[in-house]
Amino acid sequence: MEADDDGDASMSTVAERAPGRVADTAPGRFRSRFRMERLLVPTLAWIAAIGFFFPVLWMFLTGFKQEADAFTSPPKLIFAPTLAQYREIFSRGFAPFLINSATATVVSTLLVLALAIPCAYGLAIKPVEKWRDVLFFFISTRFLPVVGAIVPIYIIARDAQLLDTVTVLILLYTAMNMPIAVWMLRSFFLEVPRAIMEAARIDGATLRQELVRVVLPLVAPGIAATALICVIFAWNEFFFAVNLTSSRAATVPVFLVGFITSEGLFWARLSAAATMACLPVLLAGWIAQKQLVRGLTMGAVK
Amino acid sequence: MRDRVATRSGRRLPWALLLVLALAAGACSGAGGGGGGGGGGSQGGKTTITVATVANPQMQDIQKLSNAFEKDNPNINVKFVILPENELRDRVTQDIATKGGQYDVVTIGTFEAPQWAKNGWIENLGPYTQKDPAYDAADLIPTVAKALSYNGSLYAVPFYGESSFVMYRKDLFQQAGLTMPAQPTWDQVAQFARKLNNPKKNQAGICLRGLPGWGELFAPLNTVVNTFGGRWYDMNWNAQLTEAPFQQATQFYVNLVRDAGEPGAPNSGFTECLTAYSQGHAAMWYDATVAASLLEDPKTSKVVGKNGYVPAPVKLTKSSGWLWAWSLAMPSTSKKKDAAWKFMSWATSKGYIKLVGQQLGWTRVPPGSRLSTYQIPEYKQAAAAFADLTLKAINEADVNNAGTQPRPYTGVQYVGIPEFQSLGTAVSQEISAAIAGRETVAQALQKGQQQAQQVAKEAGYKK
Amino acid sequence: MTVTEDRASQRGDALRERAASAAVERRSRWARRSLVLPAMLYTIVVTQIPFLVTIWYSLQSWNLLRPGSRHFVGLANYGSVFSQNGFRSAVVNTVEFTASAVIFSLVGGLILAILLDRKFRGRALVRTLLISPFLIMPTAGALLWKTTMFNPVFGIVNFVLKPFGVGTLDWASKFPMPTIITVAVWQWTPFMMIILLSGLQSQSIDILEAARVDGAGNWQIFRHLTVPHLRTYMELCVLLGSIFIVQTFDSIFIITQGGPGQATTNLPYFLYLQAFRRFEIGQAAALAIVTTIATIIIATIALRVLSNLFKGEELAPR
Repeated sequence: MEADDDGDASMSTVAERAPGRVADTAPGRFRSRFRMERLLVPTLAWIAAIGFFFPVLWMFLTGFKQEADAFTSPPKLIFAPTLAQYREIFSRGFAPFLINSATATVVSTLLVLALAIPCAYGLAIKPVEKWRDVLFFFISTRFLPVVGAIVPIYIIARDAQLLDTVTVLILLYTAMNMPIAVWMLRSFFLEVPRAIMEAARIDGATLRQELVRVVLPLVAPGIAATALICVIFAWNEFFFAVNLTSSRAATVPVFLVGFITSEGLFWARLSAAATMACLPVLLAGWIAQKQLVRGLTMGAVK
Repeated sequence: MRDRVATRSGRRLPWALLLVLALAAGACSGAGGGGGGGGGGSQGGKTTITVATVANPQMQDIQKLSNAFEKDNPNINVKFVILPENELRDRVTQDIATKGGQYDVVTIGTFEAPQWAKNGWIENLGPYTQKDPAYDAADLIPTVAKALSYNGSLYAVPFYGESSFVMYRKDLFQQAGLTMPAQPTWDQVAQFARKLNNPKKNQAGICLRGLPGWGELFAPLNTVVNTFGGRWYDMNWNAQLTEAPFQQATQFYVNLVRDAGEPGAPNSGFTECLTAYSQGHAAMWYDATVAASLLEDPKTSKVVGKNGYVPAPVKLTKSSGWLWAWSLAMPSTSKKKDAAWKFMSWATSKGYIKLVGQQLGWTRVPPGSRLSTYQIPEYKQAAAAFADLTLKAINEADVNNAGTQPRPYTGVQYVGIPEFQSLGTAVSQEISAAIAGRETVAQALQKGQQQAQQVAKEAGYKK
Repeated sequence: MTVTEDRASQRGDALRERAASAAVERRSRWARRSLVLPAMLYTIVVTQIPFLVTIWYSLQSWNLLRPGSRHFVGLANYGSVFSQNGFRSAVVNTVEFTASAVIFSLVGGLILAILLDRKFRGRALVRTLLISPFLIMPTAGALLWKTTMFNPVFGIVNFVLKPFGVGTLDWASKFPMPTIITVAVWQWTPFMMIILLSGLQSQSIDILEAARVDGAGNWQIFRHLTVPHLRTYMELCVLLGSIFIVQTFDSIFIITQGGPGQATTNLPYFLYLQAFRRFEIGQAAALAIVTTIATIIIATIALRVLSNLFKGEELAPR
């Protein structure tokens, strides 16, 4: 068993050699160039990571400040931390919002995957005749700017007695994420080599068996990437949530903006709330990303 | 081949999917209680009312103290929907206009109250106050009550009221050898500002709003227009933006902001100015009276105790402060009107004011709603620096009679027509661009004049 | 058998074979359609009903603030869409903003994906840090940039640039478009990176090794093998990224308010002003429909003419 730098153990069979390790398997001729690359790549990557992460880090720190310290010139790196902001947030009752968001996100993502996986399969591996039209239809549903359609949607929801329910959010999030899921999954399905499909067919597998037992494990990292993106979009979705919910089904983004006031200081408190709001997604992202980049072991199969 | 495939599918069940399934199992079990559950009406005799409100500090206090209300009224459960001002207005307008029926109590201002009353969207509270003498509707500050009335009846009860005044740093004035008169004029204030403006030390002479928005930039600017003798429309609904007083007022404001205002003025609203001033980066600030309580709170301000307060600067008028009150109103679509009134009357009652003072501190008492507040000794002591001035400013602001010239609309710092939300925002965008130096004031007002004329015609005001 | 009988039975066999394979074909075609149908049906029901209702509203004049003013006006709203003050500049701004943000995010995402394709210590942590902007709620992210980073007096950008004599430069009013493009790039580069990284990691390692054994250098491998392989993924990034970035609203609403003047008013913000300042529901609906049709036209051209995404099923080299 060889373990890579991240500590994930990978199997040493030919079938399991994860791709992308080009730099490490290079023959001796290029070693000197690679020594410099070995330093350059991580350095650049760390610089980029710190640059992208820095605003988030600052927001995290601000959640522990009093409002008077949130904005200073020069910005304060050293300060007396306080939990007052977090106490305020919990006293507002974070839990119901969290539950609503979790329900809407998880259920809609599962629903999207359940519908989009077979659909992407049917568009990639053995496509239906009008696959271009189908794909285009899916993506065209994202062209309508919802700001112009929100009053019609509001009235439909009102008449269907769905205002202020988690159900309406689930329905809308599923429809919202469907095109992304279909398009992304289709790209991953296209990577599955014909060889595997042929072999399964020769072995007499039905379409369903083909899909579940052969193809799905191969595109698992792609499914993880798609699921993560759907989760993020559903979790952070604000416009539908604020328009269609009020007291019972409000989600975390609505909770968050409830700290913004036009006649007071709020930045420290909002930072604390925003930090808490992104923790669940951060956790999901951390877990999913191990799958994200393990890659598809296409070339290993002969 | 098949063996390898089977091995792979057996071992590589994605963690992500597992996690997702686990979360689903957990969430679905919890959702019954939180998400979809709780039918809005009565659960075992309990009525649930939904209150839509903004996140201003005073409103947050209502939420904190709502336990006291629920204890006194065990049959009523209060649920809050807290949103920023713009979102709240959008959502509530949409809900009420389409009869969505999601709210039982809504927080609106003096701008909406008369208009929504006219549309029949909110309940007439006259009968409710008459049935409840303990509420003492006569104790509500008269100018505020007038601003919330329509056809002589009260349609919304004020939660807190505000006017505008000048806040200044007494220590900086002393250092520079300047004295602030008891009732400054705009020319004097401009002079002080230019003298105290010191960009090298990151100190602005004066902080003035420049953020686009009918309720942002135009709140202070309209008071300047009023006291310079300008108005938006004459009695025949001809737009007056290119007339001399309006032009002069706007040019004066823009020049002052450009010369002695805070950096980032084109995007500065109340919050940005509050930050700048409370961190000690401005010598003066002309804005809402509620800012005073924030400036004297050590948790939010670094200039506690250093501030002086004087009435809004004038030019041609005796007083010039604006008038605004965040108030509670009852949508006509509500099915729980009695419970809603109980909450509204509690939140705007003398008892509530005392409750806030005792439990949260006397500086947090909502100002500008009742005359009796200003008689409470503890409050007078805690808010000594600015309480009397606030009351005076509110008393002197008249929504029916601001400025020097008669006008066909109500409102001090806004034009009390529904179209002003769009018109004011559009014109303020131009003026903000003028502050940013992207166009001249004349150009901005020219565009504004066209838009104002168009509105008057399309909306049918101008015959 | 005689020759004719032979040929007859051969033809019979051939016909039977063709009939059998046609039946199999039909069954498999229906099997494939049944895979696609659930998602299609769901999407049609949930998206087209609101779409049709929106069209219905676009044929009416309805101002929310004036109850009882609602009446049918046919196509009048569509006429006024194009004559609306600010529509044209909103379109121009939208194109400028979207194109810049998509291009910069794509390049950034590509560079980051390439960097992350190599193993090094702490790579998992770097990946998580790089995804973090994408996890923050867009409204919170926009507020973060407005208040913490770009504030002229208290912002970190000016603090960091102080040695270069920047002073209290007001980014949002002096350079409004670059300001919001920066925020968009910060938010969307991680998204592009995720997709491109998956693409990079799905490269066939044997082909890469074979090329290396044949003596190809890193740059040649990149140019001739990696880039073509990634082309599909890059086009996917551009397609999805454009759709999301075109609809950017939060950062404009929070940071520049569409200003100064109309410098950063894009179509969604312009629509918002119609729907929630003027409360002209009919006109907002018409504007939304016009935007949708325009996007359909642009997307059709882009996908069918320019892009690889629609050209046949097998795109990745095996």
